[in-house]
Amino acid sequence: MLKNYRTNGGYDEMLDGKTGIRAHYRKFNKLFGSLKPSDFNAKRQAVDKAFLRQGITFNVYGDAAGAEKIFPFDLLPRIIPANEWEHLERGLTQRITALNLFLHDIYHEQKILKDRVIPEFYVLSGRHFRREFVNFNVPKGIYIHVCGTDLIRDKDGNYLVLEDNGRCPSGVSYVLENRRAMKRAFPGMFEGIGVRPVETYPQELLKSLKFLAPAGVADPTVVLLTPGAYNSAYFEHTYLARQMGIEIVEGRDLFVRDQRVFMRTTKGLQPVHVIYRRIDDDFIDPMVFRKDSMLGVPGLVHAYRAGNVSLANSIGTGIADDKVMYYFVPRMIKYYLNQEPILPNVPTYLASEEADRKYILEHLPQLVVKAANESGGYGMLMGPKAGRDEIEKFRKQIIAEPRNYIAQPMICLSQHPTYCNGKFEGRHVDLRPYILSGEKICIIPGGLTRVALRKGSLVVNSSQGGGSKDTWVLY
Amino acid sequence: MLSRVANSLFWMARYIERAENIARLVDVNLQLLLDIRDLDEKRLIEYWLPIVQATGDEKEFFNLHPHATGKAVTEFLVFQPENPNSIVQTICQARENARMVRDQLTLELWEELNRLYLFVRSPEARLIWRRSPSEFFQEIKASSLHLNGIIAATLVHDEGWRFVQAGQYLERADKTTRILDVRYQTLPERGAPGAITPDQALEWSAVLRSCSAWDAYKTVSGADVHPRRVAEFLLLSDNFPRSVRFCVTGLNQAIRSISGVAEGHFCNDAEKLTGRLLAELQFSSVDEIFEIGLHQYLDDTQVKLNNIGDALFRAYIFQQFENLDQVHLVQQEEQQQQCL
Repeated sequence: MLKNYRTNGGYDEMLDGKTGIRAHYRKFNKLFGSLKPSDFNAKRQAVDKAFLRQGITFNVYGDAAGAEKIFPFDLLPRIIPANEWEHLERGLTQRITALNLFLHDIYHEQKILKDRVIPEFYVLSGRHFRREFVNFNVPKGIYIHVCGTDLIRDKDGNYLVLEDNGRCPSGVSYVLENRRAMKRAFPGMFEGIGVRPVETYPQELLKSLKFLAPAGVADPTVVLLTPGAYNSAYFEHTYLARQMGIEIVEGRDLFVRDQRVFMRTTKGLQPVHVIYRRIDDDFIDPMVFRKDSMLGVPGLVHAYRAGNVSLANSIGTGIADDKVMYYFVPRMIKYYLNQEPILPNVPTYLASEEADRKYILEHLPQLVVKAANESGGYGMLMGPKAGRDEIEKFRKQIIAEPRNYIAQPMICLSQHPTYCNGKFEGRHVDLRPYILSGEKICIIPGGLTRVALRKGSLVVNSSQGGGSKDTWVLY
Repeated sequence: MLSRVANSLFWMARYIERAENIARLVDVNLQLLLDIRDLDEKRLIEYWLPIVQATGDEKEFFNLHPHATGKAVTEFLVFQPENPNSIVQTICQARENARMVRDQLTLELWEELNRLYLFVRSPEARLIWRRSPSEFFQEIKASSLHLNGIIAATLVHDEGWRFVQAGQYLERADKTTRILDVRYQTLPERGAPGAITPDQALEWSAVLRSCSAWDAYKTVSGADVHPRRVAEFLLLSDNFPRSVRFCVTGLNQAIRSISGVAEGHFCNDAEKLTGRLLAELQFSSVDEIFEIGLHQYLDDTQVKLNNIGDALFRAYIFQQFENLDQVHLVQQEEQQQQCL
């Protein structure tokens, strides 16, 4: 089946320019090669149909008919050998440890600022820096409990960190459902190849949420707070709640009395101890943040501050998502852990720095420019692919608001054989592992491999024509 | 159990039941017309108008259509997006409620309801409908029965399930009264009905078939169809599962299991009103009902069932959930970034 697949430059996950198929893909290739094209097509259609039937979909915003789309799924798995994965695990553990120490520091003594490792201005001007929470002790000192870190590989196959998602990283339900679909489609392969399981994620998540319970609560009630059925990730919210066996609640189901949180049940009010919230800080409590929020719970922040309820992720983690802060993560690792970063950043220029800004403005057609607080592929300029107008638009914005922009050289992401238009072609991929911080740090093997289905595209976001693949970490 | 979840389960069940009942009602009427001779425009309307009236949406109907022709009525009851009680809309709403409580449902239940939803919204549904309406209705009815089977066989029989049952029984009781009311204009306002014509016999057997009661009725009363016995069967039978009495018995059991309050006592209005209605059905005879007038009696019963629904809401859901500014709410829900 893959006989005619050719790499077209850049780093290919499966093919090595010199020796042909890389060692960790060989077993798979042998098994997959024996599959008839008609069988492959039948499996592909069966998987798509199953996703639609089970409602494994995301909502398309602004569609009055309530259209739901499946997140396109490509049957060819991305395979990671054991030694590579262990390297990633070490790097990600190091990174999340540093990020949590950083958040604790800037919400307490601010040593890293006083020592001038990071200019004070960048933290204090961050849109998601919550000064209301300075000197507040979050439960167990953990800020980011669930993190999704995006990794890419450059043309030599080196893994680089592209960004950290420390607010509401999404997509882990696809990891679990993709695996289920693959097991159904290729039951024979898993045993022969030896793939590390991912199914324990919900248990691990529940464990780290229970670990947060306020002192003195032996059997905490954990709930998942969702924005509601119209949110793009609603499927994931119900899925995780069901897998963990906890209630999924909306803001209107919760109620605060005497700084304690309760949920409204048919038997009256029941106490809630830990909330896995999938709502932004801004919307979580209309009494403290945005007054017009209809999704939040009035009084929730008071209950949180009183220590009667725990939130995951903590309030104020958004500052770590700020793309300007990303620039400083290697310095954080050095400062807090006295280690060299295991996973390097993509070279980054800060528009607020005089010299960097000069460089950015002179090289816009070669650079990727990103707004500091956007995600999901929005607020981005892909210099080499952009028109003159777009470049000029960004130039104006950068000059007007330098704090809000960073720039990076265009990295040619690694590519992976992907089924497109009836044959296998190379498409660019990234990797998002999910990192849980509880009593200890836990990373499920692999994560979500996203693939840019449009030929040549380097944007893998689901809103921009991205799809996903199952990710196999070998023993 | 979260109040909102109870509310959604209750409505999911009601909407599934509603879709099935409308499917039967329209299906049977279409079949009935094949048996009746000398149908002109005016007589056709006499058969279709009561169907609209039975669903209780007469006003909405005439806002959309000038005349109760067969085409207008079937479109209104089957597809019309503006009619919240059309089959397609009720299935959408059942599915929407299920989606809100997806974590409470079994995979089997969700998949079947989602399949039905995808079917009624597909172009294929229209094609089947045009080719053979009865095949289309068969699909709806079979799926609803399938869903009932899945509910009984895969859901944990806990509090959530009792709310599902309460919704099912309440909706079914209401729909049975409405279907029975379809032919009231051929009856005297009060007092027992006299002998009927062969056409009327066909009409009353259509009423039975609309309630899936034809075979059951024949077993109990023989093939002789008479409105008095039809009404007795559909209202007062203690063992036919779609009779009003049977449904109210089931409703009574379901809501008592939720609170744990014993028979003969009550702890909320829903239990009080249900118990009262049940006693009335248990200790009434069909002649007394015709003394009051069947139409009047059915009207009263519908009001009582509505009151039970409201009382259930007050007892367990406490607070109105729908009073938020929907547009604004949806906007905010969508706005929440779930970085992917």
